[in-house]
Amino acid sequence: MARSVTTQRKAIYTIVAWGIGLLIFFPILWTILTSFKTEAVAIADPPVFLFFDWTLENYAVVQERSNYMRFLWNSVLLAGLSTLFGIIIAVPAAWSMAFVPSRRTKDILLWMLSTKMLPAVGVLYPIYLIFIKLGLLDSRAGLIIVLMLINLPIIVWMLYTYFREIPGEILEAARMDGASLRSEIIYVLTPMAIPGIASTLLLNFILAWNEAFWTLNLTAVNAAPLTAFIASYSSPEGLFFAKLSAASTMAIAPILILGWFSQKQLVRGLTFGAVK
Amino acid sequence: MGRITLEKVTKSFGDVNVIPPLDLDINDGEFVVFVGPSGCGKSTLLRLIAGLEDVSSGRIVIDGDDATMVPPAKRRLAMVFQSYALYPHMTVRKNIAFPLRMAKMDQAEIDKRVNGAASVLNLTDYLDRRPGQLSGGQRQRVAIGRAIVREPAAFLFDEPLSNLDAALRVGMRLEISELHKRLTTTMIYVTHDQVEAMTMADKIVVLRAGNIEQVGSPLELYQAPRNTFVAGFIGSPKMNLVAGAEARKHEAETIGIRPEHIDLSDTDGLWKGRIGVSEHLGSDTFFHITSDISSEPLTVRATGELSYEYGAEVYLSPRLEHLHRFDAQGLRIA
Repeated sequence: MARSVTTQRKAIYTIVAWGIGLLIFFPILWTILTSFKTEAVAIADPPVFLFFDWTLENYAVVQERSNYMRFLWNSVLLAGLSTLFGIIIAVPAAWSMAFVPSRRTKDILLWMLSTKMLPAVGVLYPIYLIFIKLGLLDSRAGLIIVLMLINLPIIVWMLYTYFREIPGEILEAARMDGASLRSEIIYVLTPMAIPGIASTLLLNFILAWNEAFWTLNLTAVNAAPLTAFIASYSSPEGLFFAKLSAASTMAIAPILILGWFSQKQLVRGLTFGAVK
Repeated sequence: MGRITLEKVTKSFGDVNVIPPLDLDINDGEFVVFVGPSGCGKSTLLRLIAGLEDVSSGRIVIDGDDATMVPPAKRRLAMVFQSYALYPHMTVRKNIAFPLRMAKMDQAEIDKRVNGAASVLNLTDYLDRRPGQLSGGQRQRVAIGRAIVREPAAFLFDEPLSNLDAALRVGMRLEISELHKRLTTTMIYVTHDQVEAMTMADKIVVLRAGNIEQVGSPLELYQAPRNTFVAGFIGSPKMNLVAGAEARKHEAETIGIRPEHIDLSDTDGLWKGRIGVSEHLGSDTFFHITSDISSEPLTVRATGELSYEYGAEVYLSPRLEHLHRFDAQGLRIA
């Protein structure tokens, strides 16, 4: 009897989970479907789900109207470099917080996280002024710095929790075995931390890629990434849902593919340390 | 060589003084056990010797050289940790070879030594496995293998057996003793288990709150504990300590008598008592007996199998030649 109850429960949970999953995914699916419709079908009432004349026309128009590759390149550059620099700064920080904590380490960590709770728009004005003064508006360098800084707390936190999982005794054992600090880091710590560093890189890349507030406010043309590319298709006067959808699909495709291939790594990264 | 001397070593963590000034001599080839209750500073003391913690003041001398400021990697000491601390991403072979690789030894010599250690420790069949695929006892052997290959001046063991089950612990205890007899290298061994201390040590250092309470051979500690703390800590079951009127009859503040030095009788004896819980081990029987002379129940160890009803009245006769006497400070009266 007990067994059948569990099976029944399992079935219910499975259905509920799939339901929630599909619900979350539906807007993305709808966007992708819409990108293959004509503008007329895209706004048809009642909406058409699958049975319409599939067309690639929107993609052609979008390609023609704007330089997708330039936006893509900017996105790759901004997300990639801000993540890379973030990791370079965060690794030593997380390292020292995890292995040689001081009395204030916990406070510093919480304070860092608290900056993420601040509404970004609250500091838009000062940062905008600083950008004007420094001539950083619409520059890739400026945006890389801002993206790196806003994600730094998350990178430090993620790495910190990873490093905390590495038992200190193993590092001490390496020291007793005659390893210098350099050998200790190269042969013992890094191999053990690689999964953590990898998922931190990945998550941060996605966060930086999707970042829209700063990229929209601080760029115009030169440094504009894919978020700006999408925004340029949401015009108030016309109904260009199909083209907007095509642009969106093109913008999210790279990160969607990256996420799909690395989902195992990502899930492990996000739930690491939660269950022990 | 492995002669280690601690001179007025102290250690404080912030305001907390863990080790007050402490002097200790460890001779070459000795098997020294630091024993004491949790938090007595025994592990800290070992980590100070290892160099994993810095001393707050004082000197640590290894083989005549001042090692106080020498980093752990340069002290020529090998350590076996409680958690084994194996490198999870390396095979057993690479784990054991790691200290040799760090010493930049050539590959032929590394292979020779690793294979040698593996055959001594029965690890030959497991050399290509990862630590995660081994049992607790095997992991412990790998940790020991990693320590012996580099032929250190001394071995440091930090409660190495406390993660093993009881049967395995007895086996590993013998293996470590055996290893010491064969290598004759200095070993410093930390444990809270006084049975491990008694069975393995040449010299036991009893610690309490960072202070050395007594240093001596297991039998010295058993036969002539310097104070009531050592008296109560060494020996199993622990010594009966009786204070008050009964002690004053023997011109002492506290008297101590070991459970194996009390005889039971139905008819006559020095003290009268009532049988409480009996523990039957087959080889011995432990009786916990309530009596008027002490608020604590007295423990009596009778050889072989002996049976008394719960609550039965008995007479106890301590063998007076084995009576320990302590003064008001708890110190032994000679």
